[in-house]
Amino acid sequence: MAARRSFDVVIVGAGSVGTPTAIFLAEQGVRTLVIDKFPSAGQGSNKHAIGGLRATHSDPAKIRICLRSLEIFADWKESHGDNLEWSKGGYVFAAYRRNEEQILKELLVAQKRYGLNIDWLDKKELLEVVPDLNPDGLIGGTFSPDDGHASPLTAAHAFFVRAQRAGAEFRFNESVNGLIVEGGHVRGIRTDKGDYGAEVVVNAAGAWAADLAKYAGIDIPVRPDSHEGAVTEPVAHFLDPMVVDIHPTDTSSNYYFFQHATGQVIFCITPSPSIWGFDTRETSSFLPQVASRMVAIMPRLKNLRVRRTWRGLYPMTPDGAPLVGWAREVEGFLLAAGMCGQGFMLGPGLGEMLAHLIKGDLSQKDREALDYLSPYRQFKGMEKLK
Amino acid sequence: MKSYRIDKHPILSPPDVEIIDFFWQGRTLTAKKGETISSALFAHGQRIFSYHHKDHAPQGIFCANGQCAQCLVLADGLPVKACMELVRPGMRVEPVDGLPELPRVTASPRPGPVEEIAVPVLIIGGGPAGLSAAIELGKRGIETLLVDDKHRLGGKLVLQTHRFFGSADMVYAGTRGIDIATKLEAELRTFPSVRIWLQSAALAVFSDRRVGILAEGRRYALVRPQALLVTAGAREKSLAFQGNTLPGVYGAGAFQTIVNRDLVRSSEKLFIVGGGNVGLIAGYHALQAGIPVVGLVEALPECSGYKVHRDKLARFGVPIYTSHTILSANGKDSVESVTIARLDEKWKPVPGTERSFACDTVLIAIGLDPVDEFLDKGREFGMATFAAGDAEEIAEASAAIFSGKIKGLEVARALGVDVGEIKAEWYETAEILKSKPGRTDPETYPADESGVFPLLHCVQEIPCDPCATVCKQDLIHIHSSDIRCLPVFEVKEGQKSCTGCEKCVTICPGLAISLVDYRKDPEFPTVTLPYEFQKESLEAGDRVTVLDTEGNALAEVEVVGVRAVKANDRTVLVKLKTPRAVAKKVAGLRVQDGQVTKPLARYVERVADDTIICRCERVTTGEIRDLIRRGYRDINEIKAVTRACMGSCGAKTCTPLIHRLFREEGIAEKDIVDQLKRPLFMEVPLGAFAGCDETEEAGHGR
Repeated sequence: MAARRSFDVVIVGAGSVGTPTAIFLAEQGVRTLVIDKFPSAGQGSNKHAIGGLRATHSDPAKIRICLRSLEIFADWKESHGDNLEWSKGGYVFAAYRRNEEQILKELLVAQKRYGLNIDWLDKKELLEVVPDLNPDGLIGGTFSPDDGHASPLTAAHAFFVRAQRAGAEFRFNESVNGLIVEGGHVRGIRTDKGDYGAEVVVNAAGAWAADLAKYAGIDIPVRPDSHEGAVTEPVAHFLDPMVVDIHPTDTSSNYYFFQHATGQVIFCITPSPSIWGFDTRETSSFLPQVASRMVAIMPRLKNLRVRRTWRGLYPMTPDGAPLVGWAREVEGFLLAAGMCGQGFMLGPGLGEMLAHLIKGDLSQKDREALDYLSPYRQFKGMEKLK
Repeated sequence: MKSYRIDKHPILSPPDVEIIDFFWQGRTLTAKKGETISSALFAHGQRIFSYHHKDHAPQGIFCANGQCAQCLVLADGLPVKACMELVRPGMRVEPVDGLPELPRVTASPRPGPVEEIAVPVLIIGGGPAGLSAAIELGKRGIETLLVDDKHRLGGKLVLQTHRFFGSADMVYAGTRGIDIATKLEAELRTFPSVRIWLQSAALAVFSDRRVGILAEGRRYALVRPQALLVTAGAREKSLAFQGNTLPGVYGAGAFQTIVNRDLVRSSEKLFIVGGGNVGLIAGYHALQAGIPVVGLVEALPECSGYKVHRDKLARFGVPIYTSHTILSANGKDSVESVTIARLDEKWKPVPGTERSFACDTVLIAIGLDPVDEFLDKGREFGMATFAAGDAEEIAEASAAIFSGKIKGLEVARALGVDVGEIKAEWYETAEILKSKPGRTDPETYPADESGVFPLLHCVQEIPCDPCATVCKQDLIHIHSSDIRCLPVFEVKEGQKSCTGCEKCVTICPGLAISLVDYRKDPEFPTVTLPYEFQKESLEAGDRVTVLDTEGNALAEVEVVGVRAVKANDRTVLVKLKTPRAVAKKVAGLRVQDGQVTKPLARYVERVADDTIICRCERVTTGEIRDLIRRGYRDINEIKAVTRACMGSCGAKTCTPLIHRLFREEGIAEKDIVDQLKRPLFMEVPLGAFAGCDETEEAGHGR
């Protein structure tokens, strides 16, 4: 049997988190291997993301990580040349009822405290930012102009190419079926194609992270639910920010849409109650449900033709925040799981932080942020802007 | 302004319908009521419809079948497929130039619930297979919903002016396709249990076993069938060559749609790529419509279509270039010429064999792909799913009629209805009707040179038997075991000989039977030939060139009679005074002047790098080949990088071309990861899913 190849770090999952992490590790000379069961980068849940990028969260860790992600996205074309279809259009959370107004205004306090560029706009101001919003019943909303959106498809590929150029290796169509642990320490990983030695294994396996953690004997509370999304035909530019409506109904909670750089509108809805499991087949309920809400909030959308739909997985955690940090049970096993559908926006910022964590040179502020995401934290409530 | 309407046609009669006005770029044009925008534009010589938003490339039609999305125009401000949308009086049609502006709306839409219907049987597609199946279900009183995306039933039957092959008993062989459509529809409409929705496109089959339908062009409905029958037919394959998306390059089926369904002369000089039945028949239909056919290329050493179709075209004077391929369609904004070259045994063009021909249209007729998305999804989601016709397997329409009939019974049986035994012979017949052409024998001629008798210039085994069913004297036989056997004319002991009734000459779908009559003048026997062109185009006293089966000229002879009688159903019989030496060999007469088929003095080389794989997103062969050579094997990744497959057609046109590129690069199919198929089948406004009644707003009648 051939000697197994050894790396410093093996990352499981060439998705939203794994691939950027590989970039930052490889750039620092860390010998990195990325393993993915899918045939190419970003084919798990990354490509199902609609592409929203915001720092507008309610907890300081996600805010910090996403602020860094936004910088990386905004700077990518200049520093690396690839067009990630990034656009800084901002995010609007619109309120048509007192209830949503109250929630958003309460969050605003903390968001401002964490340094976010965000403000409450009244009806008139909001209509200046999004002229096509239905004015009937509109109260106002928050606007965070530094948020934006990009293409998960072009980003996944660009990150993959960049990671390879930096020296990271990738193995696709390869499924992990074991973790090699000796004396309580990770020594490598076993796949259906062979063994690889490594002192560090990163669990960036997204919706499949709990299965991987089991190989380390750890039960992590990550389980996916599914959301459907869709893309329309391209039309002339008419909409800058991502528009989010968090008003819950009987069958859905929030939904959101934006106009992509190509002119296409991309949208998604959160079904209520959640649909748990790995099923990503199309349902007949999605389009009627989301369409009636979208045309109500923006009547102009009624003539916009829907092109394609898909369904992707949100690897959820009990409180809507990721699980990031070293496993206590097995040394060298790093969890970067449970992105709760925000892997795309968290990915680059988190990848950079994970590289520091692995190299042992985390800044104090990063350390504080990661404390919030500790896999061993007490789970309380659900994040408001999930 | 010049009109491109076909006012006279040997088979079709222009319907007498109301003429309506509409606007094209502000100019008033006329359309026939019930006509598609694309045909109305073609009727005025307009074949550039829009400009692509990515590179401003001019866009025309490609499929005229609602499958691709190349023919996008703005109708009253909304983007629509010109080939599917019907002209409305006063409609303002504009080219799409850049990205279209999303129209503003004044009133808030009123979302409503989406209609949900449970039905025992849903049939997607009202062509030959769907109609036949629905008839069987209708006969048994089974509640059935038949949806079709076009504005009339019949599918591709409504384009077929020729008499059909197959079995006269089983599938109306000998009858013209257009008339079969009428017969099937008339029969179907007698069954009250079958509901028909026209202009109703199936959009998706969902995992919760509902089928999304855009009903009657505007209302979204979810249909929950106990059994799903997919008879959605086929779509035309595209081909990669330089200039392959220039306006004027389009599918042979698209051509037949414009010419035969809508009676619009979409071309003044045609070139055909592909020698299968579709290409060969399209050539014949062109000649019938008075459109010159410059030539036809076929990559194989022989045409793959029926030999009778090939021979017919050759005899009428269309050069057929086998072992040739198209190199480029040339022209600035639309096709002005085509360049072809001979292929070597490794399928590579041979330098120095390039030739160009002036033409305004290049038809792509290189084959069909089944429209099987709904079938695959229905099966994946565990529905009782059936398929018939081309959606199941590409074959002739006669086969679709028969497989539809069988599937109709199978569906009924699956619902627990007693349909008795479905005979084993039926399944055999279904297979026979689907079969590809078989053996070709050398043509032989009888020694006899007296009396009158038919000559069967039918030397290739194909499923066809009308000649054997019409002979009153019972002198033409096809072996009873298999209708693919060649017909034989034979006068047995005790049988009366041929009376010269001409019925076999008239009914042969291949126009492959002539009648030789030595009775009046043994030295100059009269040869009778079938002729499906305008009767007025020939008259007694004219001199015509007669040819043998393959198309070799034999002699110039005198027309002595032109006979058109009602009983012959638009097949004119031409009588020719022919020298004895060649009389038996005469199989046809030339209709096309050789001048039109001459190559240009120099061949035209196209320098533009515009071999397009993905029409919707303007992705070139070069871009995709480059990724393949760099090791990309996952089409999903190629899609993410290039945007191929991400356009409005839903990857229907480019996916087969991408696979073909992989093959050309020597990559095995097993090493390729195919792109995932996702809904929707076509683009539909968000308002429809919201249950908004689209008729509320004036001018937006979709």
